[in-house]
Amino acid sequence: MKPAPFVHHAPRTVEEAVAVLAQVGPDGKVLAGGQSLVPVLNMRLASPGHLVDVNGVAGLDTVEVTAEHVRVGALVRHAGLERHDGAAAALPLLRQAVRHVAHPAIRTRGTTVGSLAHADPAGEMPAVAVLTGAVLEVTGPRGTREVAADGFFLGPLETVLEADELVVAVRFGRLPAGTRTGFAESARRSGDYALAGVALAVSTDGNTVTGARASFVSVTPVPDVLVLTPVLAGARVGALPLDAVTEAVRAHVDPESDIHAGADYRRMLAAELTVRSLVSTTTGVREGAA
Amino acid sequence: MGEKVQRREDPRLLTGNGRYLDDLGRGALQAAFVRSPHAHARIVDIDIADAWELDGVEAIYTWEDLPGRVAEPLPVLIPHPAMTHARTGYCLARDEVNHVGEAVVMVVARDRYVAEDACARITVQYDTLPAVVGVARARDGDRLVHDDVPGNVAANLRQEVGDVDTAMAAAPHTLTLELAIERSACMPMEGKGVFARWDADDGSLRLYSSTQTSTGVRAAVAAKLELPLAKVEVVTPDVGGGFGVKIVHPWPEEVLVPWAARNLGRDVKWTEDRREHFVSSAHERGQLQEVTVGFDDDGRLLALDVHFWHDNGAYTPYGIIVPIITATQLLGPYKPGAYRVEFWSLYTNTVLVTPYRGAGRPQGCYAMERTMDAIAEHRGLDRAEVRSRNFIQPDEMPWDHGLMFQDGRPLKYDSGDFPASLAKLKALVGWDDFAAYREQAAREGRRVGLGIGCYVEGTGVGPYEGGHVQVETSGRVNVATGLTTQGQGHQTILAQIVADELGVPFDDVHVTTGDTRRMAYAVGTFASRGAVMSGNAVALAARVVRAKALRIAAEALEVSPDDLDIADGVVSVKGAPGTSIALKTVAVMSNPLRYAFDASAAAATQFAGTFDPDTPPVGDDDEPGLEGQDFYSPTQATFANGMHAAVVETDPVTAEIRILRYCVVHDCGVMVNPMIVEGQVHGGVAQGVGGALYERMVYDEGGQLLNASFMDFLMPYASEVPHIETDHLETPSPLNPLGIKGAGEAGTIPVSAVIASAIEDAEGFPIRSMPISPAELWELRRRHAASDPHPVPVQEDPR
Amino acid sequence: MSQSAADPLLDITVRVNGVRRTAAAPARRLLSDFLRHDLGLTGTHVGCEHGVCGACTVLVDGEPARACLMFAVTAQAHDVTTVEGIGHDPADLDPVQQAFVECHALQCGFCTPGFVTTISAYLDEHPDPSADEAREAISGNLCRCTGYQNIVAAVLRAAELRREREGTP
Repeated sequence: MKPAPFVHHAPRTVEEAVAVLAQVGPDGKVLAGGQSLVPVLNMRLASPGHLVDVNGVAGLDTVEVTAEHVRVGALVRHAGLERHDGAAAALPLLRQAVRHVAHPAIRTRGTTVGSLAHADPAGEMPAVAVLTGAVLEVTGPRGTREVAADGFFLGPLETVLEADELVVAVRFGRLPAGTRTGFAESARRSGDYALAGVALAVSTDGNTVTGARASFVSVTPVPDVLVLTPVLAGARVGALPLDAVTEAVRAHVDPESDIHAGADYRRMLAAELTVRSLVSTTTGVREGAA
Repeated sequence: MGEKVQRREDPRLLTGNGRYLDDLGRGALQAAFVRSPHAHARIVDIDIADAWELDGVEAIYTWEDLPGRVAEPLPVLIPHPAMTHARTGYCLARDEVNHVGEAVVMVVARDRYVAEDACARITVQYDTLPAVVGVARARDGDRLVHDDVPGNVAANLRQEVGDVDTAMAAAPHTLTLELAIERSACMPMEGKGVFARWDADDGSLRLYSSTQTSTGVRAAVAAKLELPLAKVEVVTPDVGGGFGVKIVHPWPEEVLVPWAARNLGRDVKWTEDRREHFVSSAHERGQLQEVTVGFDDDGRLLALDVHFWHDNGAYTPYGIIVPIITATQLLGPYKPGAYRVEFWSLYTNTVLVTPYRGAGRPQGCYAMERTMDAIAEHRGLDRAEVRSRNFIQPDEMPWDHGLMFQDGRPLKYDSGDFPASLAKLKALVGWDDFAAYREQAAREGRRVGLGIGCYVEGTGVGPYEGGHVQVETSGRVNVATGLTTQGQGHQTILAQIVADELGVPFDDVHVTTGDTRRMAYAVGTFASRGAVMSGNAVALAARVVRAKALRIAAEALEVSPDDLDIADGVVSVKGAPGTSIALKTVAVMSNPLRYAFDASAAAATQFAGTFDPDTPPVGDDDEPGLEGQDFYSPTQATFANGMHAAVVETDPVTAEIRILRYCVVHDCGVMVNPMIVEGQVHGGVAQGVGGALYERMVYDEGGQLLNASFMDFLMPYASEVPHIETDHLETPSPLNPLGIKGAGEAGTIPVSAVIASAIEDAEGFPIRSMPISPAELWELRRRHAASDPHPVPVQEDPR
Repeated sequence: MSQSAADPLLDITVRVNGVRRTAAAPARRLLSDFLRHDLGLTGTHVGCEHGVCGACTVLVDGEPARACLMFAVTAQAHDVTTVEGIGHDPADLDPVQQAFVECHALQCGFCTPGFVTTISAYLDEHPDPSADEAREAISGNLCRCTGYQNIVAAVLRAAELRREREGTP
């Protein structure tokens, strides 16, 4: 299992990277962390003629926290985001979710932005991106544009990115004060792609839920947001209408069957994970409070 | 013996100083293969022209290029009269492929990267044929794997002891269970690999293979390449796990790589990658079973009638060892009453099936233990009690089942105390307190279950292994045995045995395994036979050396050998330790010399000391050197046994399955190194857990293996394997000098049975198919809730 | 050595175990192969080449990474530590290696280098793990021999040994 030959490009700037991408066209692939791409290359399921290795591009490896968002550069590794206390304080969901990405030795190389660009429905961070109203900063030969996460994903492994564009950063939106978040997933083995997963944001006023939203892992073709506010608004913590939540999730998700579990099972699992996460998020799990 | 001695192997392996197959032959040419993408097809055309264009390609071979015996089918290693339709593949497919992954073209190139580039440029045209996938499809026989094998039946074997029909008819109760168990695979962390070095000047071959039998590979390769045995040596380097798959030989690559090396006059290496391992090595376990049992009110077996259908994959190079073991070892520690077993070994268009740790026993144990639970359920009896009532008792040993075992010898248990083992297990797991625990858990909304499984394992089958022990004049003791090692710690335990037998310091003993240059006669490492066979062989060889040392020392000290003892490398007179002679000095004396190469050697030269002029320097019935060789060849296998229990929790909603406790009581007779035995048990259980809850080979109807990667073939990580609690019983084997019984496979055997038992206990409906995933358990719950249970549950015969 | 035009050799320099090492290899050379075959550091083992088994785990700038999922060219900017860099002398074992001996945490030894590097980095950040944490720490590496129990024990023992060695200058 050895990759086919390719031409290696090592641009030093975003401009160089984009220029190379434009030059090589669809025969080029961006190499950042490589934790999804390299297995595919090793198995020769893909053999791009050019790899644009952005690991040497300056200025893409920072996490910035502002009042509105947490900005994660294209070369920030999952492990770097996981470790970043400022990001965890500003948006606890980031650390809650990124811990579920594969295994530590994958997180040290894999990048958060890369997992968005890869657009695997089984990815954790795309679900977080849509739930937080993230914006992707995309640079191409025609300049820079901003793309909302809601709208970025077109389908499994498919996004609005052009072949000559590079995502240079993602800005995860911070949630209003008092929002609690939760993340839960279930995989066959620890670190495997989840059979189902859920990211959750709940706002409360005292003991009363005022709003709730969820997004999912592995059970929707593209990550999207289920607004649970109509189901949960006004409900008291400890007496939430969990059956209604279950119904709402079951109606929302659209899982596929694979060799590990059928669609029915995944639908059930998504609903159950949501319910459990909702209960734990609302019963004084202070860790998740924004 | 009996000490938890730290392993001799470890410091080297821990520091990057191990030498595994792919660590050898830096700069050698590398091989890669074009493998069939189809499960069943005729080869129409092979176009290699494009591949030759590539720089760095040294050779491309198809079947047409193979000469003489290299072009003939691979051998049927273990023929059996019942295997009326044995079929084996070719080193490279001749005109038909019978499973995805079968090798069709061999490329040799500068490195593996280029070799794979060349493979990608080779076009093979196929006419596809209907694929036979799964036992049920093979059994139907409407599609054939091999045109000339009717019904896909490689073998049909029936054994009967007593009159089953009569006993069954007379039985107060009968039950029939239909059971299924799926494929898994050994999946050692290191795949196979071969490195060949042809010496054109000498006309000889040095072959390194990641194998479980170096002598077997040597004989097979010499035969295939039509070389004198004396011109072939096979060396087994460090091997990264075997678990059975590497006992099969010769693998096509073990023939092709040395053949190519001779052809090209260059070193050639092949290192199997993970994807190749999935589709071109071997799998095991797939069976459908039908068990009918007759029993009395107390749950005692009166008659047992078993039919099963065994998936042997596309070819049968290893014969029908696996189903024979299932058929015989199914009986476990029990007296079955009248017993009849019949199996059909069936071809399918899938990777071939050869022994994987446990080798047919996990399936047999699963059938028997599912049956025991069904009887207990039927009679409303405690599951442990039903087992206990059917045990062979210690005073009934040796117990002859009246069947023929996998080695062609009687299935006769030599030892074991099953009631004592069960008592230990019940104490360890807290069997009698479980009801209270279950109630407590239920109050917390948790669902738990307790499972149990018992097994007997025939270990240490023959025909033989040898040991060679040599004391150098430095005092260093060299030990050689021919079987190979894949992590069992042979270098440690064999050194322990020899150190004890010979009376020398452990650190002075150095063990070589799996090197035909050092021991040309050997069988291999399988069937939990390493410690039993080579342990006893090196012990016997050490005794030969000891006797010789005592004889020489006795002459020198002018005492009787009976008055001497050897301890810490010194021969001394019992009760008079001052009168002594170092063993290394005895080694000097054992070898009369003409030429001195050092001071100690000078003592053995012809003008040193006095001698009897009327006797030759080396006596008529003597040989020079303080060394000796002996072979251990038992009349039959020795039978180890064990019992496992597990507590599982199943999530009431998601059906996720968690093993809360896993308890093992194990009896492998005398333990040479309890630390290593325990490690073997742990590893075995982990593989069993994999087979029970995670691993399966998922073929689609067309014969594509859908999960040929570690991403989708779910080998357990540490997070999936429970902490294992162990207890040991030591009932020594009366069959061998050391009292050892094998330990290698034991941990794996009952795990699927135990986990099925525990889940069944938690859920309250029968588990009849393993492995089981949360999604499958959830589906079973739905079916039972809808009163549409499937697979078929226990059915009372309507009489 | 001849080569095809499509796959030119590059001079690749990587700092491995504290030493700058250079070899000519194509851009597609996996770091695992570069270490093993170009530099002769065969302690790093290859078990799956798709990043799941962890046998090839090395430390990149002190952090565990799969050498089979990284190209040697990309590694040029980094410090790579292999099992040989943790300890290459069988008579002078690092605490993690010593703990593996004491706890019988290896059998065939093939996966072992990946565990040693992983645990070494883990203990740098978590010097005093619980048994559960130790188990989680090794849950990204496959072992087919040991059932992991003794590896968990070795993580705990290694933590102890590290503390002991730090305590005794």
